[in-house]
Amino acid sequence: MNPVQSHILKISLMLAVFAIVATSLVSLTEINTRDQILENERQALLSALNALVDTKRYDNDILADSITLPETAELHTKNITQVYRARKGNTPVAAVFTSIAPNGYNGEIKLLVGIYYDSTLAGVRVIHHKETPGLGDKIDLKKADWILAFNGLSLLNPVDSKWKVKKDGGDFDQFTGATITPRAVVLAVKNALQYFNQHRDELFAQTASNTNIDTASSDCASTSENEHCFSPKQLNMEQLNNE
Amino acid sequence: MSNIYSPIIRDGLWKNNPALVQLLGLCPLLAVSNTVINGLGLGLATILTLVASNGLISLLRKHIPDEARLPVFVLIIASIVTIIELSMNAWFHELYLILGIFIPLIVTNCAITGRAEAFASRNPVGPALVDGLMMGIGFTAVLVLLGAMREVIGLGTLFSEAHLMFGEAARNLTITVFEDYRGFLLALLPPGAFIGLGLIVALKNVIDARQSTKQVEPLSEVEALPAEA
Repeated sequence: MNPVQSHILKISLMLAVFAIVATSLVSLTEINTRDQILENERQALLSALNALVDTKRYDNDILADSITLPETAELHTKNITQVYRARKGNTPVAAVFTSIAPNGYNGEIKLLVGIYYDSTLAGVRVIHHKETPGLGDKIDLKKADWILAFNGLSLLNPVDSKWKVKKDGGDFDQFTGATITPRAVVLAVKNALQYFNQHRDELFAQTASNTNIDTASSDCASTSENEHCFSPKQLNMEQLNNE
Repeated sequence: MSNIYSPIIRDGLWKNNPALVQLLGLCPLLAVSNTVINGLGLGLATILTLVASNGLISLLRKHIPDEARLPVFVLIIASIVTIIELSMNAWFHELYLILGIFIPLIVTNCAITGRAEAFASRNPVGPALVDGLMMGIGFTAVLVLLGAMREVIGLGTLFSEAHLMFGEAARNLTITVFEDYRGFLLALLPPGAFIGLGLIVALKNVIDARQSTKQVEPLSEVEALPAEA
């Protein structure tokens, strides 16, 4: 072996040593933090669900009592989504699931919709959107209270013809300079209510498909690299990325 | 003692400021500087990473083969960032929810590789740590200033969403600079970031030019003025 070759070999070995040490350290950290991170994500998901469904009204483990929903045309979902079910004893109380507004001003708006068994809305939250900062982003609870106006509504209140923004002759406020965004959200919430009305009993009848939190959080993780569902700050970040 | 460190401090904060002079790390800088709080968040995460990576690289500098130093730097920085992210996610979850999204962005910040190459790999641990801290503070200062400019012009407020970083008590920190302000979207969108950074760089150059004319020709300031214009 000539000197050049042995020099190259030496450098390669050093590089390999650095790679092995660095990878081991990262793996070690990952192993030691994995359980804690899963628990944190569980808590974050739980508090997101509890923000929608009144905790006093149910007593089951809502995270464990979840089923997966395949791609659903009515809700415009393109992947498997989770449905979380709240019960008191064995009586169904509410379901929380994803509904997508495909027609936002700038792409899809992903909503988490909670509906009580009597078909009234427990609440709605925007969990992913790319709407214009300062205009369309008022659908985000961090920016404005607009989304809270859905609490307690149903398909009968207001009546079907009023499930529109005011500009279209309905009951819901639009924003100054932004009508498309709230229009899309109102329609997606209405779709979610209609879907729930048609499929309510089959949603509650299915046995929990997964008691494992891994699957519950993978709904978040699998969608896209930048997409983290239940961290408010992360949603904010996506607007920045999509400026 | 202070003689060794004062040029490092001056370099990091002003003379060789990573954002204004080296123009490094512009990708995260331009993307995240639309409000003061966002800027501060990225800044703090950058300071943490810069100090850690500078310290570690300086410690290992005698063992890093010169020909393969860049891959080793990248390896070390990426590992540090990943370890910080995982640890924060596990043990400082509240903080992670705020700063967490900024941490992966730091990997794209070439200011960190830049300091590893230009300083940490050639200097002892003490100066390397100070360099990391000062470069980080210099970067943060520009982020906060640019964030403030864009936020005031774009939204008419300052420190909006401070509660995300400092807790509920900070909700009242938000200052409404202009009442009934309709907003100026350009400042919040990417062009606003470029224009704002350009203005800050220009301002720094003007200040530097003023100072150098004063130093070189303290007596002929009047004559120097037309040349400057």
